[in-house]
Amino acid sequence: MSEATIGTPSKLADPEARRALMSGVSPEAGSSKPDPILEVDHIIRNFGGMTAVHVDHLEVQRGIITALIGPNGAGKTTFFNLITGFDRPSSAKTGAHWSFEGKKLDKTSASSVALAGMVRTFQLTKSLNRMTVMDNMMLGARGQRGENLLTAMFKGTWGAQEKEVEKKAYELLDRFKLYAKKDDYAGSLSGGQRKLLEMARALMSDPTMIMLDEPMAGVNPALTQSLLSHIQTLRDEGMTVLFVEHDMHVVRHISDWVVVMAEGRIVAEGPADTVMSNPAVIDAYLGAHHDTDLGDDSLLSDEALEEMAQEVAAEEAEREAEEKS
Amino acid sequence: MSTVSESIPTPDQAQAGDTAAGVYDPNDPQGPPPQRRAMIAAAIFIGYFVVILLVAKFAPGTVGVIARGMLRESLSAQTAAVAIAIIGLNVHFGYTGLLNMGQSGFMLLGAYGFSISIWKGLPMPVGILVGFLAAFVFALILGVPTLKLRGDYLAIVTISAAEILRYVGRLAKLENFTGAAQGIPGSQYRDPFVNLSFFGDGTFDAGGWLPNLQSTGVNGWWVRFVAWLLVALCCVIVFLLARSPWGRLLRGIREDEDAIRSLGKNVFAIKMQALVIGGLFGALGGMVYILPSSMQPDAMGRNLTFFCWTALLLGGAATVFGPVIGAILFFALRVFIQGTAGAIVPDSIMNLSQTAQFAWICVGITLMLLVIFRPQGILGDKRELRFNV
Ligand SMILES: Nc1ncnc2c1ncn2[C@@H]1O[C@H](COP(=O)(O)OP(=O)(O)O)[C@@H](O)[C@H]1O
Ligand SMILES: [Mg+2]
Repeated sequence: MSEATIGTPSKLADPEARRALMSGVSPEAGSSKPDPILEVDHIIRNFGGMTAVHVDHLEVQRGIITALIGPNGAGKTTFFNLITGFDRPSSAKTGAHWSFEGKKLDKTSASSVALAGMVRTFQLTKSLNRMTVMDNMMLGARGQRGENLLTAMFKGTWGAQEKEVEKKAYELLDRFKLYAKKDDYAGSLSGGQRKLLEMARALMSDPTMIMLDEPMAGVNPALTQSLLSHIQTLRDEGMTVLFVEHDMHVVRHISDWVVVMAEGRIVAEGPADTVMSNPAVIDAYLGAHHDTDLGDDSLLSDEALEEMAQEVAAEEAEREAEEKS
Repeated sequence: MSTVSESIPTPDQAQAGDTAAGVYDPNDPQGPPPQRRAMIAAAIFIGYFVVILLVAKFAPGTVGVIARGMLRESLSAQTAAVAIAIIGLNVHFGYTGLLNMGQSGFMLLGAYGFSISIWKGLPMPVGILVGFLAAFVFALILGVPTLKLRGDYLAIVTISAAEILRYVGRLAKLENFTGAAQGIPGSQYRDPFVNLSFFGDGTFDAGGWLPNLQSTGVNGWWVRFVAWLLVALCCVIVFLLARSPWGRLLRGIREDEDAIRSLGKNVFAIKMQALVIGGLFGALGGMVYILPSSMQPDAMGRNLTFFCWTALLLGGAATVFGPVIGAILFFALRVFIQGTAGAIVPDSIMNLSQTAQFAWICVGITLMLLVIFRPQGILGDKRELRFNV
């Protein structure tokens, strides 16, 4: 067993310990954390005239699950792209700073961000479809001697390491219930299985922090359950998890801290059970529907959403009628 | 539409042969699909040559003539030279997904470096090094500005750079350096290579089974022997590279660069390495290409690049032996079509030069049919090409 993937439980595996840790943190946007692993300052990204992301300050606590939520188009994916080096902030020259474990990442390339220990997955899954599941996994491992062109031709220089990496890949595949598929092409997996594969592949590099962009999207309910429990296990082993979800009720079960984004800004932060009743969050999600309880699962049923849409339409019609008169 | 859904293996097919389905067994041996592919390649090689040899030896009349022409073309040193260049193109396109539309430019540089150096009195090993060095620098110059951009930019830059090189080589002002449009006669650079021969004088035809050629000579068995030996060597190198984690990285980059970046790999550096390696194969191909003939810039223009692409797709991209099978069949097929058309169609309808053109048209149609109906080529794996998302 490799220590980084299936390791000893961390102190923060205990829910009480996590609650105690975060109880001292003030539940407001941009609040400081006892032991931040990631700190972000003044990141702005404009697309044309539109500001997709405008984050003044954000800290992510080490060793817990932080959920980044917000309605569609809030800028969550763009924010992920910015801090992982896949996009550049418009404010790059005017004070955009972010650091991971105290190391500045302002000018770092995507690959160096990953090497620093912050590994991400993508909202649109990037499984390498015309390669086998096993090849996908093997690519995740870091520091492979055989990836050096000068030694690649001589198996003696990397064969032993390859065996170790394979063993680790088998363990992770087993854990993510993909072992039976190891020799299949990734393109033949279902959407949910590809999400699992992408996550397992990211874990091959022993990250300190894993960033998941909508890991549950398109995954069937049974798999969602196991995905959620995988994420919790990672946290219990000491990994920091930051994951994006636009749907709040999924978030409630597993996150220790919730950051809410709307229209590019961080509008609220707090523990999962209280942040939902924050007026700023309710505004962000529902506009005028203050009286609805966001933590209520029934809210997310189709009828409820339809009802809301109808109400909104009715209200708008009323307003238009008023304006005309 | 229906072909696509048919080609995706059903779960049962995909799991056939997977004995340990679902259970993790650390000692589970993995099946070796690459070995099966090598067996298929060997079967095609042997089958093709047995048939051609028998027909060439025993068939009477025109059939025998055509078969002897195909055999001659299949064994020719220039076919081997193009095979080496295709092996390089395969590293670019097949494994890494780089759209190099100027492989003939790499060949041209290798050939110029080799022939000019020897012509100007330098020893042959230096000439070889100069050829490789020129291709290396060319790869760097092409790669630095384009490899960070989308794939199409490399295609545009390579095709124009290769043409620019050829036109520069043709400049009348450079007559004393490159030989301008006429190029450099083979006699100016060939001798050091021919002198290495231990095949002796006289001719050889293996008791009438093979074309009757000089053992050494200008375009005899010696240059063929060395050329095909180099092809074999290049195949071994590509095999060793492709099975390594480095080769895996190339295929990963071909599939999705961003995914590879997100795993902490330096994608730019690896693409550059692939561009250089494939370019060096191209340069070697160029050197071999001019050994049995002369150094003519126009012999290594756009046409040659497109032949390389056709032969690569015919044989199967991203396979070790695909480029070799593709090169042999490509040139043999052309001789076959030209010979057959010449024999069947009367001269009044299609004369000799028209049958040659007709053969090229058929080659173009073959390429189209291939891309539509068998994009993986003869040796490729359908699944590696079908799952397009
Ligand atoms: N490349 C781009 N060009 C223009 N607009 C973009 C681009 N990427 C994202 N956006 C815009 O930025 C906003 C935030 O998008 P995104 O980060 O994907 O939201 P989320 O992930 O929270 O749903 C959206 O309004 C989207 O249209
Ligand atoms: Mg998104």
